[in-house]
Amino acid sequence: MSLALDRGLLREMHEHLGRAYPEEGCGVLLGREADGRRRVTRVIGFENRLEASRRNRYVIAPEQLLQAEREARALELEVLGFFHSHPDHPAQPSAFDLEHAWPYYSYVIVSLHGGRVADSRSWRLADDRAGFLPETLELVAEPDAAARGSGGTSPGEPSGDTR
Amino acid sequence: MTPTIPIHIPTPLRSYAGGQAVIEVPADTVGEALRELVRQHRELERHLYDEHGVLRRFVNVYRNEEDVRFLERERTPVRDRDTLSIVPSIAGGADREGDANPAAAPRVAAGDAAASQAPVAPPRPAPAKPAPPAWATGADGLPPLSDAELLRYGRHLILPEVGIRGQRRLKASSVLLVGAGGLGSPLALYLAAAGVGRIGIVDFDVVDASNLQRQVLHGTASVGKPKLESARARLADLNPGVRVDAWETRLTSANALELLREYDVVADGTDNFPTRYLVNDACVLLGKPNVYGSIFRFEGQASVFDARRGPCYRCLYPDPPPPGLVPSCAEGGVLGVLPGLIGVVQGIETIKLLLGIGDTLVGRLLVFDALAMQFRELKLRKDPACPVCGEHPTIRELIDYEQFCGLPSAEQAASLAEGWEIDVRELSAKRERGEDFTLVDVREPHEWEIARIPGAILMPLRTIPERLPELDSSRELVLHCHHGARSMRALEFLRQVGYSKLKNVRGGIDAWSREVDPTVPRY
Repeated sequence: MSLALDRGLLREMHEHLGRAYPEEGCGVLLGREADGRRRVTRVIGFENRLEASRRNRYVIAPEQLLQAEREARALELEVLGFFHSHPDHPAQPSAFDLEHAWPYYSYVIVSLHGGRVADSRSWRLADDRAGFLPETLELVAEPDAAARGSGGTSPGEPSGDTR
Repeated sequence: MTPTIPIHIPTPLRSYAGGQAVIEVPADTVGEALRELVRQHRELERHLYDEHGVLRRFVNVYRNEEDVRFLERERTPVRDRDTLSIVPSIAGGADREGDANPAAAPRVAAGDAAASQAPVAPPRPAPAKPAPPAWATGADGLPPLSDAELLRYGRHLILPEVGIRGQRRLKASSVLLVGAGGLGSPLALYLAAAGVGRIGIVDFDVVDASNLQRQVLHGTASVGKPKLESARARLADLNPGVRVDAWETRLTSANALELLREYDVVADGTDNFPTRYLVNDACVLLGKPNVYGSIFRFEGQASVFDARRGPCYRCLYPDPPPPGLVPSCAEGGVLGVLPGLIGVVQGIETIKLLLGIGDTLVGRLLVFDALAMQFRELKLRKDPACPVCGEHPTIRELIDYEQFCGLPSAEQAASLAEGWEIDVRELSAKRERGEDFTLVDVREPHEWEIARIPGAILMPLRTIPERLPELDSSRELVLHCHHGARSMRALEFLRQVGYSKLKNVRGGIDAWSREVDPTVPRY
């Protein structure tokens, strides 16, 4: 099980979550899957729709997801999963994450300490719902700089589980 | 003609739908479309519907851009070119400060990078805590602690979460206990020991020997005396610094608001539905937390109902059960230790509310099974349509709770029973006169094993409908049970099916043992 994305997309995700800090940020990951390998090709950041407890809770409203699913269909992509931040908490799923988890989806959790990214990890719900299984978060070269319109190198944030 | 409607399936559910992203079904309504979908793909059913056939909470269905919950739900019509989408609710987030088990990932193998990473998080900003009662806002308003109190509460004072300030809060606070029985006993004992400054107790009962198996506030010497008397004496001995308000009355719609208003927290230890709804509604109307507990046989439940922050008892149980369906502890029995545990859970929640610490059971129902020794937890949601705490409440003042629960009021019960009841002395006299009647005991066989009135036949309440042929309607039937309630229900039933020569023994076999034949054991 692996989830691959390039540095530009990782940075996009981190920047979105950094703006939300100290509250939790969230968003959706679109891409394709082949032979158990998932490749993220688009990251969409969402506004955390919760009215309270945004420091330790996030929610993606169905209409936000519906819109993302439309976009995925138009681009012939799938909704592979979601990302969210744990401000000043480890990048590990909480009991609350477990309770709300769906099978199949990749859940990328980014730990931010003092507003800076400390760790990024990806998880999938185990078939028996007893817990999450770690999923390799793979950094890959940028596919086609021209297509993405951002050819710069990444500032080199820690990337997490490849250590 | 029935249109064909495409349903978009989200990725997690596609493996249960033959891997398809879109499934087309003929349908005129959303409900028809979903039924056809699960007919074609059986496995989807349990993911979309709960065991009651209700669409799961985390599953949303959209017709084009609109959530069908805001349209006509499953009756929402669909036409040509409409599209349905099944959309999962997505939520999550870091655990709160102090939550153990940050990983919730027991499957991560040891040595895995993720598992070996020590949580290095600095303390998180404190999440919103339950608001402490109003008196806590001004530190100067809190009472001081004497040297004797510093000594007594030493183990609290060294807990940073309590400390001197917390102990002073407890001293300044007040709790009303509804009932001094199985749940009220441990509650009263521990709250007094913990130093809650004022404890009110509402109870009008006297101590019965059968209470002592679980109601540890009372002792053998108190049998026959008011419960409030033994409660007051025991609490005064345990902690003379606590003020005990003894309300020797039945809690009613007429006095509840006035009684509850004076207290910071209300703890419900009642054993009947009318009072439970009364306590709930009064707490909602007054904006007070209601620490709820209930017990039956080997099972217990506890929660905190605070309509300002979460659901109330009515959100959980909008309607009372039909009268007679749920037996009381007097009828069904209860393990004596059980109220100790549930009452102590209520006590802990009460203290947390008073101190404003921890995560209380607001929005959660704790269910305990003593035989399996299992605690389960159910999430509770506030019902926007709740008649008392919802968005458009229809209950704005206390109502008649006996009537609401389908029970006759005290006066109605008396008039209903009139002419149909005899007391145990009359029963004894009838026997001595050699009158011709059948004495029918409607209790359960295990109760019959403990004690019986000679000459009676056993016919448990629930077996009566099928055993009617055994009852001769031309003879007088005298019905009894343990205390007289079940046999009254049996009498009502027999009246409805055409019997007329009926009598109910007021007070049941218990009264018989007390007043006529002491050799029949009481239980």
